[in-house]
Amino acid sequence: MDFNLTGDQRLLKEAVERLLADTYDFAQRKSLLAEPDGWSRTQWQRFADMGLLGLPFAESDGGFAGGPVETMIVMEAFGNALVVEPYLPTVLLGGGFLRLAGSDEQRQRLIPRIIDGSLLMAFAQAEPQSLYDLFRVETRARRVGGAWVIDGHKRHVLHGDSADVLVVSARIDGASNDTEGLALFLVDATAPGVTRRGYRLQDHTRAAEIRLENVRVENDAVLGQPGHAFPIITRVVDSTIAALCCEAVGVMANAHERTIEYMKLRKQFGATLGSFQALQHRAVDMFVQLELARSIAMYGVMSCEDTDPQACSRAVSATKVQIGQSARLIGQESLQLHGGIGMTEDYPAGHYFRRLTMIEMLFGDTSYHLAALAEAGGGWRTGRRLEFF
Amino acid sequence: MDLRYSEEDIRFREDVRTFFRTALPDDIRRKVVCGQRLSREDVVRWTGILHAKGWATPGWPVEWGGTGWDSVKQYIFKEELLMAPAPEALVFNTSMIGPLLIAFGSDEQKSHFLPKIATLEYWFCQGFSEPESGSDLASLRTRAVQDGDEYVVNGQKIWTTMGHRADWCFLLVRTDPDAKKQRGISMLMVDMKTSGITVKPIITIDGYHDLNETFFDNVRIPAANLIGEENKGWDYAKYLLGHERSAQSRVGLSKMRLQRARQLAQDIACGTGCLADDPQFRERIALIEVELKALEILTLRVIADGPASTGGASDPKASILKLKGVALQQAATQVLMEVAGYDAMEYDGEFLKGAAEPAGGEDWALTIAPNFYFARHVSIAAGSSEVQRNIIAHSVLGL
Repeated sequence: MDFNLTGDQRLLKEAVERLLADTYDFAQRKSLLAEPDGWSRTQWQRFADMGLLGLPFAESDGGFAGGPVETMIVMEAFGNALVVEPYLPTVLLGGGFLRLAGSDEQRQRLIPRIIDGSLLMAFAQAEPQSLYDLFRVETRARRVGGAWVIDGHKRHVLHGDSADVLVVSARIDGASNDTEGLALFLVDATAPGVTRRGYRLQDHTRAAEIRLENVRVENDAVLGQPGHAFPIITRVVDSTIAALCCEAVGVMANAHERTIEYMKLRKQFGATLGSFQALQHRAVDMFVQLELARSIAMYGVMSCEDTDPQACSRAVSATKVQIGQSARLIGQESLQLHGGIGMTEDYPAGHYFRRLTMIEMLFGDTSYHLAALAEAGGGWRTGRRLEFF
Repeated sequence: MDLRYSEEDIRFREDVRTFFRTALPDDIRRKVVCGQRLSREDVVRWTGILHAKGWATPGWPVEWGGTGWDSVKQYIFKEELLMAPAPEALVFNTSMIGPLLIAFGSDEQKSHFLPKIATLEYWFCQGFSEPESGSDLASLRTRAVQDGDEYVVNGQKIWTTMGHRADWCFLLVRTDPDAKKQRGISMLMVDMKTSGITVKPIITIDGYHDLNETFFDNVRIPAANLIGEENKGWDYAKYLLGHERSAQSRVGLSKMRLQRARQLAQDIACGTGCLADDPQFRERIALIEVELKALEILTLRVIADGPASTGGASDPKASILKLKGVALQQAATQVLMEVAGYDAMEYDGEFLKGAAEPAGGEDWALTIAPNFYFARHVSIAAGSSEVQRNIIAHSVLGL
């Protein structure tokens, strides 16, 4: 058991944090948000130049063979600065599918372009009726000659408006709630039949509603084995959730630190807020939640290395539950302790709060993952005595 | 970073588990499973078994009978002990006066006391709190005046856990009434048979006698029983409270209680099935288990950062372990109350004390309410949760 970063990991952490300190303070971020995409292509290129976009890919694919800890470091730093660029949809989701299920040809064609910053991806999964269940897919794909034709309606596709290539989940067989019968397709976002409506989310990140009508793709667009995509979807989403939880830790750490600083400065009734015990104790409860969140996020990312997919899913659900609880308390208390200033668009606290609230929902909220975990037997692996998570 | 236990740690866990399975006497195990209180004889017998194995004082330096285990192994040992479930070591001996003497005691004190502390030949109790000094411990007034090579002690201590069973007491006394309140305190050890000491029982809300008031009326204590230096007692007390805090997440205890709740719930009807299958019940347990997992990792982070000998005492984050740990312990006893329902309502004081058979109630349920009631003390004793919050606010957040 070892909680330390290696020398290379420390260097990575320092480099990312320095880059963001130089280029991504709150005022700089505000101008990035005003760019046409709602985020900054210049910034994206900086991430590419630093090697961040190639971090999780194998060296044979041109990447840097980073593991979950490297992803954790980057995501936490991104959370701390409220980075809005499409790292999660492109590198973690799109890249995750390519790493796990991409053919040699697909990987060679797409991964180098992710790494150099010229290709953006998004995962078109959620549908009007699906909420968080990953198997609930009604988008259909049917065989026509040697090709596939896809029809369906996808919603809440993170950064789907700027993506070049979409990973689309579709059903080739079975009812809308079967885990069998799913397939994944690489779809050119500008292909005939694809229409997109991009929109801003509450926290200034971007998403799109995407309709697919008679969208034709060739057989080489299939990711993995058609009909058996569910385990791949689960695996990639699980590790993305774990990474998202690390981002949440960065957001929470910043929200907490910012609140403490404010409490030390702001005076009311002739004394700093931080001198009132009732408020001190609330700040402590935030800190407790932050440290619990940080602890479980470490556990969550490391568990994605587990070869047993069920163990991984349970660990990720547990992580999402704790993060959700911590995010709620820290986000809401941060606002309360700031008072009226926290309510304003021009002050950072409200931005951190909004991001935390969105993160809690993404890929399943606290209630959803708690139910999943309880259904799977809670903290104990069934059949193996004394294996806690 | 690697959060997995090493192969060596996994083998170690198996060894410890096997030892507890084979070496723990059935009568003691049954008492712990049923939540009954243990007699002094039970604890001494079990400590003797551990001592024979060389495991009675795992955290002590090897030269004083410790194991040399690193902090992760010590954690595994403690967790397996709690989950066996086996009686916990006597905290006053193993985690408090022992480590304190090792750190600050004289050579004579070490060679005389440590072997007897390890085997419980000397059962120690703690004389810290006073009627007017609870969370504000440093305001204590029990007075010690030096007279030749003795101290003469007058005053009153309260909440003396197992004082009526104890052979010795380590206590905080005021030796310099003119100094700032933390500066004038010293720590002494006293033989409980010394004339002038009176121990009076305090019966707690669980109906059990564990706590006492201890009166000191011109009690003469040899000056050789002073620990460390005069007027440095507050530093030693802080050292001890840090020690206690990091051990008090007691994740294994809460895990064990929740597993017990799950097991018992299989025999409780609910709807068309059993309580154990009720989704709401399962979610309640799962939510506590998630927090336990987070606390477990946090505990390991804290102890991994500090030297093995202190159990992370130097890390102010240890206060979080106590704060959150006790909340989860209490949450687990609440779940057990819900499982037991009506069966928790019958009071059977003799069974609680360790009688082999209950008067007629359900043996699995009779101790659940008393243990729920007594568990309220964990957020009050050893630095209340409010004091822990003060510590974190000041020493970590700088407020």
